Amino acid sequence: MILLPLALALAILFLPGDEARQARAARWIGLGTTLVLFAAGLVLWARFDPSTAAFQFTERAELFGGLFSWHLGIDGISLVLILLSVFLMPLCILAGWDSVKTRVPEYIAAFLAMEALMIGVFASLDIFLFYIFFEAGLIPMYLIIGIWGGKRRIYASYKFFLYTLLGSVLMLLAMLWMAFTAGTTDIPALMAYDFPAAAQGWLWAAFFASFAVKMPMWPVHTWLPDAHVEAPTAGSMILAGVLLKMGGYGFIRFSLPMFPEASVAYMWVVFALSMVAVVYTSLVALVQADMKKLIAYSSVAHMAFVTAGLFAFNTQGLEGAMVVMLSHGVVSAALFFCVGVIYDRLHSRDIDRYGGVTTNMPRYAVFFLLFTMASIALPGTSGFVGEFLALTGIFKADTWVAFVMATGVILGAGYMLWLFARVMFGAQKNADAAAMRDLNAREWAVMVPLALVALWMGVYPKPFLVPLKAPVQSLMARLERADAPQTPHSLPKQGGPVQLAAVTESVAR
Amino acid sequence: MNLQQSLAIGAPEVVLAAGALVLLMLGVFRGDRSLRGLSWGAVILFGAAGATILAGSPDRLLAWNDLYVADSLSAFLKILILVGASASVLLAIPYLERVKANRFEYPVLIVLATLGMCVMVSANNLLTLYIGLELMSLASYVLAAFHRDETRSTEAGLKYFVLGALSSGLLLYGITLVYGFVGSTDFTAIAAGLRAGEERNLGALFGLVFVIAGLAFKVAAVPFHMWTPDVYEGAPTPVAAFFASAPKAAAMGLFLRVALDAFSGMVADWRQLIVFMAIASMFLGAVGAIGQNNIKRLLAYSSINNIGFVLIGLAAATVAGASAVLLYLAIYLVMTLGAFLCVLALTDVDGRSVEKLDDLAGLARSRPWLATALSIFMLSLAGLPPLFGFMAKLAVFNAAVEANLWPLAVLGVLASVVAAYYYLRIVKILFFDPPADVVMAGQGGALVNSGMMAAAAIFCSPLGFLLLGPLAAASRRAASCLF
Repeated sequence: MILLPLALALAILFLPGDEARQARAARWIGLGTTLVLFAAGLVLWARFDPSTAAFQFTERAELFGGLFSWHLGIDGISLVLILLSVFLMPLCILAGWDSVKTRVPEYIAAFLAMEALMIGVFASLDIFLFYIFFEAGLIPMYLIIGIWGGKRRIYASYKFFLYTLLGSVLMLLAMLWMAFTAGTTDIPALMAYDFPAAAQGWLWAAFFASFAVKMPMWPVHTWLPDAHVEAPTAGSMILAGVLLKMGGYGFIRFSLPMFPEASVAYMWVVFALSMVAVVYTSLVALVQADMKKLIAYSSVAHMAFVTAGLFAFNTQGLEGAMVVMLSHGVVSAALFFCVGVIYDRLHSRDIDRYGGVTTNMPRYAVFFLLFTMASIALPGTSGFVGEFLALTGIFKADTWVAFVMATGVILGAGYMLWLFARVMFGAQKNADAAAMRDLNAREWAVMVPLALVALWMGVYPKPFLVPLKAPVQSLMARLERADAPQTPHSLPKQGGPVQLAAVTESVAR
Repeated sequence: MNLQQSLAIGAPEVVLAAGALVLLMLGVFRGDRSLRGLSWGAVILFGAAGATILAGSPDRLLAWNDLYVADSLSAFLKILILVGASASVLLAIPYLERVKANRFEYPVLIVLATLGMCVMVSANNLLTLYIGLELMSLASYVLAAFHRDETRSTEAGLKYFVLGALSSGLLLYGITLVYGFVGSTDFTAIAAGLRAGEERNLGALFGLVFVIAGLAFKVAAVPFHMWTPDVYEGAPTPVAAFFASAPKAAAMGLFLRVALDAFSGMVADWRQLIVFMAIASMFLGAVGAIGQNNIKRLLAYSSINNIGFVLIGLAAATVAGASAVLLYLAIYLVMTLGAFLCVLALTDVDGRSVEKLDDLAGLARSRPWLATALSIFMLSLAGLPPLFGFMAKLAVFNAAVEANLWPLAVLGVLASVVAAYYYLRIVKILFFDPPADVVMAGQGGALVNSGMMAAAAIFCSPLGFLLLGPLAAASRRAASCLF
């Protein structure tokens, strides 16, 4: 059985050539293509068999002379992330519909290329193919920030590019060593390969360098606020919505299953960095005067939940981390869009410029409130499910870490609500801010799907959790095997099911 | 072995030598008007030489009393050289006509230089090597000064000649030392002689250092790179394109053969030199390019940088390393020719060349396809996936990792990040900056050049990966005949 969207993804790469000169045509083609891909994504979801952890819809071709191969396939984790990408993409195109006026065909082409590459990242089953897709995403993003970005766009685009490139090249060396040692470039084969424990530490560190930058984790997050602030609205949406998820995906796909021993050994590093990130970036977010920067810092804080959840090594933590990623993908994209809406009207992101927006934009205020609530994880929104699961998982692994992480939730409520209050309530300070019109049809079309999904994930998250079950189970099995010999000695604090499972495992042997 | 067999084995060189003389006579009698005809004649000649290579036997054959060797390594490199030389001849026609330097000697000199390069890569003896190298170099000195009415071109020719003569002297001195201490100039005999000796042959080591210095000059590896930026900037652009492509491939191929065949017994000794040159070239090339404002100088530093990466493959001294070198050379040849094709296409409305980077600002508005092609070449030279240049870098790093040269590999990837900065800077200038005052010429230009540029751009695009299979197989076959 051969996968459809990837053939489509490749086709997109050639599409820009056919694009008509007119911006109009380009926009409609872009929207049409992304919608078709979204439909294809839904078909994929419907046909996906959630009961197995094996990769489905695989396709393989030896196109590259035996050095590596064109090998694609998805499991539940890739599925949900692909769905997230194809869901956000048409909305991104809509978000930039009116605000981008120059060089529209190139703009749309860059976004379509991004989409193809993102699907490629989540679906590739060959490490070099993965690396190519992973890195290739930098180029369209560099162009998006650099051409259509704000005032300091050049600085931001350089910083974004070189930062992430530096992180990734070390991963490339680790990949070369792995391919050389294991004799295969196949991801499923490598996931089952046991690398010597001594080498795992180095390999883990090299992969960590790449994914931590991409994620981004404190202290290598500094490219993110710059990139977000300068990128156009749709660029921020895709950056926050999907690109950051590549880091988390990388941890799940590579670091955890391929280097389980090293992952256990360096768990404390990740926990420590995540704790710092949650508290520090939340505090930084609190004092931002720029709306986009504030949301960017909140992204770093949310991603810390993901990393801590992943490295809690239990089912709740892993699933929670995945749900946080999905939820953050939707919610942060929505928040950036919200900022984009008023930015389009006033061309300012300063919180002080606004005030009392509720009066003249009541409908907009409702949506902004909803996404604010989702961001601070109010029950009933998508954020709650993810953060609750992740915190449960972290709590089982280590109570103190969970305690510190939970303060992040409180601080998060603080900075988001304060942002909302300053922008939406209070006196109408500026006449032009008071004269802004409410949402138009296009903005409704973007807001409504985002809001529906955020609520759906909050109220009934099961459809999103089901595909995750099997791969998370198999990942757990892999981690426990690695965990078994060391847990009781080296990690005395770690309690709960991980240890229990490890013990049962060793008894069963 | 009689003369006939020798001539049959050396058919490509025979074709080139005879053809060069014929072209020269034609040029003398028909005058400068015949530039176009002679150029196409030269390309046909290259095609004929290429056909004799492809038709030749894939086995290792020796000719002319073992002075000359034809094997799959020499075949691979000769094909590369011929492709580079053909492109250099064709891309020059519009330029030479524009600057009124359309003299018929240009194709003839390129054919002679190509003959020299073919002899170089087929050398099985240090003296054959020297003869080939000198033939190539002498033709190159003249080419560098080809635009004789312009001071810069003459200066480039003179500089190239003085430094080139120095390096030839070093090389020759090294050859005499090796001959004196090993007793032969034949590669096979040197290898056997070095292996037979019990203790380290210190004299031969000295000779080796000089030989490597001479060769490093030709590939422009640090610390023998000084001539490159000046010569690239001063020489006419087509000549710079030629220097950056075919001679690099030839000299690097020769480097492979000397290091891995003749001096295969002294790997540990020469590896230190190569590792140093690789690291120094990568970093100096990357850092030196950052401040450049002339695109030809920038490409010169880019070539220094890239040679550093090629040397990583040589330092590995394995089959994987040698085949990575060859793969890198093949991809690099196309990338750099493509980049120079773009430079040639950069003219303002009055037909003057535009070489300043600042003047290229906003090119994406006035010439979108040219800007796209140039960006593809730049990003490909930077080795960023998904462009094909990434594969070249991947291959050399793979070789380094397999040979356990970790520090070299780590420094290599770091240098590639530094280098990415200046390549990105060009993309930034082309796409992000507001348009400059210079009015660029509109679309159009020579059809052949645009065609070659498009072909090179497609080769460097992700589609190039589809060619990876045959290319990798050919380079592996060529590399394996050294071991």
